Amino acid sequence: MSKKILIVDDEPNIVMSLEYAFKKKEFEVFIARDGTEALEIAGNELPNIILLDIMMPKMDGYETLKQIRKNKNLDKTKVVFLSAKNKMADVEKGMQLGADSYVTKPFSVKKVITDIEEMIA
Amino acid sequence: MSNYALILIIVAYLAFLFFLAYWAERKHRGRLVNNPYIYVLSLAVYCTAWTYYGSVGVASKSGISFLAIYLGPVIAMPLWIVLMRKIIRISKQHKISSIADFISMRYGNNRPLGALVTLTCLLAIIPYISLQLKAVSETFAIVSRGDSYTAMGIFDDSTFYIALLIAIFVAFFGTQSTDASLGKRGIMATVALESLLKLVFFLAIGVFVVYFIFNGTTDVYESALLTKNFEKLTSLGGLENGFNWMFTILLSFFAIFLLPRQFHVAVVENQNINHLKKAIWLFPLYLLIFNVFVIFIAWAGNIRLTATVNHDYYSLLLPIQEGNSFLALLVFMGGFSAVISMIVVSTLALSTMVSNNIIIPYGFIKKLVEGNPEENAKNIKNIRRIAIFLLIIVAYFFYILYSNQLSLFSIGLISFVIISQLAPSFFLGLFWRRGTAKAAKAGMAVGLLVVMYTLLLPIIVNVVSPQTQLTSSNVFGFWWLQPSQVFGVDYLTPESNAFLWSISFNTLAFVGLSLMAKGNYRERNYAEMFVHNENYENLQEGAFVWKGEAYVADIRRLLNRFLGETRTERALTIFNRKYNISEQEEKADARLINFSEKLLTGSIGSASAKILLASVSKEKPISLVEVLHILEESKETKATNKLLLEKSEELSQMASQLQSANQELLFQDKQKDEFLDTVAHELKTPITSIKAASEVLEDDEMPPELRKQFLMNISKDTDRLGKLIHNILDLEKLSSSRTELKIRNGKINKTVKKAINGIERIAAQRKIHVVFEESDYLEGMYDEDRILQVLTNLLSNSLKFTEEEKGIITIVLEEKEQEIAVVVEDNGRGIPEEDHSYIFEKFYQSKNQNIKKPQGSGFGLAICKQIVESHSGSIWADKNVPNGARLVFTIPKTT
Repeated sequence: MSKKILIVDDEPNIVMSLEYAFKKKEFEVFIARDGTEALEIAGNELPNIILLDIMMPKMDGYETLKQIRKNKNLDKTKVVFLSAKNKMADVEKGMQLGADSYVTKPFSVKKVITDIEEMIA
Repeated sequence: MSNYALILIIVAYLAFLFFLAYWAERKHRGRLVNNPYIYVLSLAVYCTAWTYYGSVGVASKSGISFLAIYLGPVIAMPLWIVLMRKIIRISKQHKISSIADFISMRYGNNRPLGALVTLTCLLAIIPYISLQLKAVSETFAIVSRGDSYTAMGIFDDSTFYIALLIAIFVAFFGTQSTDASLGKRGIMATVALESLLKLVFFLAIGVFVVYFIFNGTTDVYESALLTKNFEKLTSLGGLENGFNWMFTILLSFFAIFLLPRQFHVAVVENQNINHLKKAIWLFPLYLLIFNVFVIFIAWAGNIRLTATVNHDYYSLLLPIQEGNSFLALLVFMGGFSAVISMIVVSTLALSTMVSNNIIIPYGFIKKLVEGNPEENAKNIKNIRRIAIFLLIIVAYFFYILYSNQLSLFSIGLISFVIISQLAPSFFLGLFWRRGTAKAAKAGMAVGLLVVMYTLLLPIIVNVVSPQTQLTSSNVFGFWWLQPSQVFGVDYLTPESNAFLWSISFNTLAFVGLSLMAKGNYRERNYAEMFVHNENYENLQEGAFVWKGEAYVADIRRLLNRFLGETRTERALTIFNRKYNISEQEEKADARLINFSEKLLTGSIGSASAKILLASVSKEKPISLVEVLHILEESKETKATNKLLLEKSEELSQMASQLQSANQELLFQDKQKDEFLDTVAHELKTPITSIKAASEVLEDDEMPPELRKQFLMNISKDTDRLGKLIHNILDLEKLSSSRTELKIRNGKINKTVKKAINGIERIAAQRKIHVVFEESDYLEGMYDEDRILQVLTNLLSNSLKFTEEEKGIITIVLEEKEQEIAVVVEDNGRGIPEEDHSYIFEKFYQSKNQNIKKPQGSGFGLAICKQIVESHSGSIWADKNVPNGARLVFTIPKTT
């Protein structure tokens, strides 16, 4: 069974590249443009992986993660932050909230894919 | 009129005065009792029976020279505003209760000096009181004339009983409080009333004489022209008489300050220093009115009455002769009022002086120290009461024995001459620091001796053996020692002669001795405090004048004796609180010593207070250098303190300014950090996009359509990057004013249209309405490119925040006095309230940094602000709009 991945970011160009790369690796890709949309899709699809941007309209990444962690069905879901916020404080905050990894922008698509494959292996 | 009826009237009048005094004492805080008019009227205690009757006598014999006695006070009054103000301030500060206290305090609380001043006053005033009694007795006889009964001895002499009643009155109302420096409102109210009555009744007789006996002033004058000696009565009498005038004026000038009763009403009874302002014009007016009719009554008496009657009583004899006994009674009551008020205030003042400056310090101090508070208060009051009775009785006997030989006028003047011996030490002491106690005593003594020799000796000799003629023989063989013509000056009246020589020798002795030897430190301290009174008004209890060792417990015990425990505790608590001194403090400091001395001064006089405090403390002498040092220090400390206070206020102000500046900086710093974060974030987003796309493009299997899409994305993101960088640089340039504006005259209408053109395509896409209310004539001074940038920015913001299809953007131009306001209004979602004041800040991003702005980097409005402000305009968001946003900016109008 193919792995499900949810990409949450409001920058369509970035999403487009990630979508192409993961589809190529046989992932089933879902896309959300903000936190609220992400929670809805995650609840329905129970993805293995969520790539989460922090600065988004409506609901930010931190808040979205908190909500995700409240959902028991998403216990096994790995959450990886993808953010331009690269200060130590931001990274720590993300990890404390229960993220599994934190990738700072600009990132390498190839590296993100290998990391994630390792994570769910 | 029967003398029983007259006695009845007198008793009724006295009873009324008792009642009035009692009432006023109870209402002592009321406005009726505490007003400047009461103060002014009580000053009129100056006008005694001497004025009331004697002036007429003088006027009838020697013309207008009686006026000299009133010119002194009239001249003195304007000076009061300075002089009396100073005297009153000093007196209130030191709780002074009499002129003896004042002078002895000035010379370092000198006990013998206080006693000497008291003795001088006694010498001057007791004959003066007996003169008043004489006036009562004689007028009583005149008014009750025709009745068969005449007094045979003291105990059936009505004057004796009147004197006793007055003594009871003073003893009762004058000793209500042991603190003699407190006002006696009851007595003052009666004095004021009496002053009013004597004026009214005297005017009544004046009017009666001039307008009823005669037909107005002209008639009196014309009739008087026919009497002999009239010429003499209306002239001033040449240069020699001019000296007499001058000396008499000077005498009365001194008297208005120095007479114990004047000092009492003017200083001790002063409730409010501002009452002086009324007094300086109202009191001279009172004197003027009082003297209007004197000369006419005198002339009328000379015309109508036989030469053998006593000229002093013309004002009584005239109505009696005319058969108007009611008016005679009124005149008598007026004179009686003058007598009572004079005796009451004089004995009050003298008894305080006698008890505080002679009896207590010289006899009773030991007893008082041993006694308990109630007994002490009782003793002090009793001492004063006994003094009051003694004074009046002595005065009464003086009257019985001696006063027959003298007229009202001469005793009055003698008393003035004696009292004027206080003048050098009093007046010079106020302004000259050098004056010493020794010099004051010597001056006074010399002056008194001269007065006795030149004035009293001839009188006494005359009384003892009328045959001896001192005036014509050469005393001790020296012609120039002849008492009434010292150094052969033969044109002066006996009083002027005595005054001239006594005051000269007095002043010489005072000044000479003061210059020869300096006083001790205590004298110098008080001199400084009196002379430069204004410097020490705020001084803590005159703290610098004492150095030594004392214990609070001893002082407490001492105060207990005189004030009682409750008052002592209260006073000490107030003292401790005022100066922030711990209750546990054992050693007394200078302030406490001075404070206690002042507390006691009111009760037992300054001299005794000093002795008592000396008994419980070890005072150490302070050297002159030390005193001057302390004085300077105290002045400097005050100045320095003030300076320090100002400085510290300045500093704390600066500190708070710094703090807010620092906060502002911190805030700006934080904003700058946040701004840089935002910039970094904004830059990273397109870079991430470009990097990701480039990586994906490495895939050779990508369909060409998709590849094309990715390449387009890269291109767009590159544009976005470029624009971002341009904006940041633009803002930086604007804020550091490195860009030069190309300001030209232009039609704002045209510029707005250009801006609308620029966004028209997007607006059409989103189906948003753009409305522009054109005003073609408006011209402004601006850089068109820049203002276009502002307009475009505002318009795109509005486009961003309004809903598709429903949005309406309105642009309005408003003409102001010197500028044009451009209003861009929309019906979008508006500006959150908390952001209102920050949206134009350069580094501002909305509070929640993780929520992304819909678009843009957040410098748009900051750039607008920079541009508008470099045009000397302003930009703001209107808060008072129900929905949507309303942004306004101004540019200068072409003039």
